[in-house]
Amino acid sequence: MNNLKKEKNIKLLQGNEACVEGAILAGVRFFAGYPITPSTEIAEGMARRLPRLGGKFIQMEDEIASMAAVIGASIAGLKSLTATSGPGFCLKQENIGFAAINEIPCVVVDVQRGGPSTGLPTKPSQGDMMQARWGTHGDHPIIALAPSTVNEILTLTIKAVNFSEKYRTPVILLLDEVIAHMREKVEIPTQKDIEVIDRKKPTVPPEEYLPFKPDSDGVPPMANFGEGYRYHITGLIHNYKGLPTSNSQEIDAFIRRLHNKIQKNVKDIIINEKYFLDDAKIALIAYGSVARAAERTVKLAREEELKVGLLKLLTIWPFPFEEVNRLAQQVDLIIVPEMNLGQMVLEVERAAQGRCRVVSYSRVDGELINPIEILGKIQEEISK
Amino acid sequence: MKQKKLVEIYQNNSVKISVDREWCKACGICIEFCPKDVLIPDNQGKPIPENIDACIKCNLCELRCPDFAITVEGVKEKDE
Amino acid sequence: MKTVIDDYIREEMFPHMWCPGCGNGIVLGAIIRAIDDLKWDRDKIVMISGIGCSSRITGYVDFCSMNTTHGRALPFATGIKMANLDLKVVVVMGDGDCSAIGGNHFIHAARRNIDLTAIIINNMIYGMTGGQYSPLTPTGRFGTTAPYGNIDQAFDLTSLAMAAGASYVARGTVYHVRQSISLMKKALDKKGFSVVEMISDCPISFGKMNKMRTAVEMLKWIKDIAVSKKAWENLSVEERKEKFVIGEFLDIDRPEYNERYNEIIKKAQKMGGNE
Repeated sequence: MNNLKKEKNIKLLQGNEACVEGAILAGVRFFAGYPITPSTEIAEGMARRLPRLGGKFIQMEDEIASMAAVIGASIAGLKSLTATSGPGFCLKQENIGFAAINEIPCVVVDVQRGGPSTGLPTKPSQGDMMQARWGTHGDHPIIALAPSTVNEILTLTIKAVNFSEKYRTPVILLLDEVIAHMREKVEIPTQKDIEVIDRKKPTVPPEEYLPFKPDSDGVPPMANFGEGYRYHITGLIHNYKGLPTSNSQEIDAFIRRLHNKIQKNVKDIIINEKYFLDDAKIALIAYGSVARAAERTVKLAREEELKVGLLKLLTIWPFPFEEVNRLAQQVDLIIVPEMNLGQMVLEVERAAQGRCRVVSYSRVDGELINPIEILGKIQEEISK
Repeated sequence: MKQKKLVEIYQNNSVKISVDREWCKACGICIEFCPKDVLIPDNQGKPIPENIDACIKCNLCELRCPDFAITVEGVKEKDE
Repeated sequence: MKTVIDDYIREEMFPHMWCPGCGNGIVLGAIIRAIDDLKWDRDKIVMISGIGCSSRITGYVDFCSMNTTHGRALPFATGIKMANLDLKVVVVMGDGDCSAIGGNHFIHAARRNIDLTAIIINNMIYGMTGGQYSPLTPTGRFGTTAPYGNIDQAFDLTSLAMAAGASYVARGTVYHVRQSISLMKKALDKKGFSVVEMISDCPISFGKMNKMRTAVEMLKWIKDIAVSKKAWENLSVEERKEKFVIGEFLDIDRPEYNERYNEIIKKAQKMGGNE
């Protein structure tokens, strides 16, 4: 038994440190960033870890440049990640759009703090949920994940890198100040225990390579710069060759494909967890640090013989429309507690299509939502 | 590589001047700055090597052409 | 006949989208000729641009090429170079692209002395949007957003690059094309951050607002305002107004960023540890 104990690599890690561990395990070998609270420990961890693995870290002159460098490094073949918080996330948006339109794998960690503007640098928030979806202009596809424990930060960082490689898309990892800075016991998996996905490479010779012609899964194989496949990348809407197009048919097909490569794979991308939902008449839908409180609320409610369950969202975007729609048919009431004025509740309402009552519970004072107040909200709604 | 269309070739014993009339946008740079006044404009403003015998093969027209529309090569004996 | 140029371009993209007489085409020709002279492996050349007329240049060359976002060509290039040291990375920017929205990136790329070559096509105006003044528009000249004359002072990009820490700095013009090709060759071949500013013409947007309606008039003006270092020294302050020195300003060897980072890798690996 003693041996087994030794083999397990169990550590007390801060959320941001777990993100570094996950990134390294997933094969991230390039990080470009800019110091910003409450995400800075990720940059510090990467600065320490990457050179030991022959990887590269660079502190760029600003948030915009870090996003650009991350995309550049990915095109040249290194799995790349950056980390930031609200104000920096704003600045990164234009280049996130560039990564989306050019299908460049990369991961952006946004450790959410109170906003708008400088807001509350050291206090948690879930105010960037919609920005994660719609932050850059134009219709663009995105994947966003939101862990609620330090252990989930590690596993979802690996997932985020894998999704970015598999679907050739930027992936947003939404942390919040609470889980980023809290410390929890984490079992760090060994390399052989985890699945690592690499971008698929072209199988045709360079003269036949069409860099933006999708395979049947909607994702084009990706040649890294320098591998003998000479091609063009542009933020302009482009054809299969990667050259700008103004052909309306090509444009329409291109934009729809970008979305479909995500939408057609929602089964693979959407991850969530259910607590006591089987017989539930009241459902909580929560994510991030609020999901921790909601889980506790379920236990407290069950002690009072209230049939309350929790749907914990780990994938935020694409939104689990079908799942929430089914849940809305089962329960009488859905409560969505969030550290914002009600962002994901709007999606829940859309998905519920009026099949049950949907209620928002908001907190925007920089304090974490606690289990008792969610329980109070349940009781208040029941008595209505 | 596909053949360029509409390339006009002017040649004498020592030099061959090619003008791609499709790519030329008639900016007039080659004509104005030719040190030997080899080129004159046609009715569209595109160059014609009217004085090809004066050409000293300095290639400045080719180097300054923004449209890669004019080239100058020396003619070797065996090509004649 | 197949020329050097034909060998390096994406012919399906021609004739290019630039206006008659636009200096962008002249600079493109010069870059291609310089690269051809260096006999580089074409699969290892990456050309990066930002946004603007000049940035369309990357669509025309048969390299790995990338037309990025406005002002950000250098940070994209920084990531590419760091990720693969075998790549030769050439960055082409316009004057607004490089010195306004991308000004900070320019300074920091020079400060790091990262092995990139920046070629700035300076036509002193925002061309694609129709002639607004840029940080390189001379004082007193006109733009659509400077209808009463530009009151800003222009940057001297070459001085800026030298002060910030570049290894090679030069200036050419689209009139002095043969000289510019040799400056570019030296810049491309230089280890570290190298800069060639190319004074260029925009008859449509700059010329029209400044009494030079044709490319020919503009090239004559450029010929006139470009002076050698020696000639510059003999000019009075008044005579120097709107004149540029052309030629080589700096060619020194300084530690390059990736070389220094490789030392970090060695150091980190020697120290070891897992966390």
